[in-house]
Amino acid sequence: MTEVLQGARRLATAAVLCAAFAALLGGCASGGNVILLPEKDLRQTAISVKKGDQEVVLNQPYAAAKTTSAGPRAYVANAQDVATQFGPALAAQPARAAIFTLYFIEGNDELTEESARIVDSILSEIARRPVPDVLVVGHTDTVGSDQFNDALGRQRAEVVRVALMKLGVPSDDIHALSRGKRAPAILTADGVAEPRNRRVVIIVR
Amino acid sequence: MTRSLTQSQNHFRNALAGIVLLAAAAAASAADIGQIKVAKGQVAIERQGKSLPATVGARLQASDIVRTGADGSVGITMDDDSLLSAGASSELVLERYAFDATTNRGRFDASLNKGTLAVVSGRIAKQAPDAMTVRTPNAILGVRGTEFVVSAND
Repeated sequence: MTEVLQGARRLATAAVLCAAFAALLGGCASGGNVILLPEKDLRQTAISVKKGDQEVVLNQPYAAAKTTSAGPRAYVANAQDVATQFGPALAAQPARAAIFTLYFIEGNDELTEESARIVDSILSEIARRPVPDVLVVGHTDTVGSDQFNDALGRQRAEVVRVALMKLGVPSDDIHALSRGKRAPAILTADGVAEPRNRRVVIIVR
Repeated sequence: MTRSLTQSQNHFRNALAGIVLLAAAAAASAADIGQIKVAKGQVAIERQGKSLPATVGARLQASDIVRTGADGSVGITMDDDSLLSAGASSELVLERYAFDATTNRGRFDASLNKGTLAVVSGRIAKQAPDAMTVRTPNAILGVRGTEFVVSAND
């Protein structure tokens, strides 16, 4: 009984504090909030904020919701709010992945001459990062079966992985994989030889 | 006699099956799912009840809890290129993570129990909207993309 009373008193205190904050800052932060940040491709971006059957969808830059025990409440934030509240979290954001694409000769695991020359910039990107990890992803065009292309993609990725190792990148930091013909850079019908799809994508992160 | 023998054999078989399942679960959960790229101030990883140092370069596993102190912040890159970074006095749980790098299909559920978190969603959310969620004490966020910040007060 006493506990219930204390609980009620705590809630009342929280409500008073909350009202004070609301008066000061134009909102009560006790439940937390969510803010969608601006970005280049708006089509891809949206966050659904739900509690039970209540939902607020954020789909514009700085669209925001306070998350309360009674459900999400939409509001509009701004760059200053984000910097004030989330500065340290944003400052700790890891560097974005750097992406390089190397092209291959048809049905083969040899690099084109032009691509062989990009290797230096890949190495300097790797060297720039304190704890780099490197994904080497093999892709093919649509000539041949899935099975054939999965193997060919893996073979191409492996060639690049070994080359990077020989150039001094620790093998623990490199992972090779194949996406076969699942993710063509240029969409084609099945069975089409397309040089721009015969590639290895190197993701340095 | 014969019956009790059969029973104990069954018990043994069940126990064995349990051990195999546990081993499989341990093997699955032991997979690296991300890496700490940035760490400032006090940061710790809690894994299966034990506290581990959260230094730059440390690898993370599913079910890990990452905590920052009053002066701490941490930045994590996940296998699907998602970026998660937390400010001071935060608690982030990597509840569930599965990612197939060949198909880009996966599932990522994280919880922010308190503190502040900045997110750039990665390939899991791009492949299937709502395959990534972030839970706070008062809400579940379905992530269709891409960059957002979220806070939770306990």
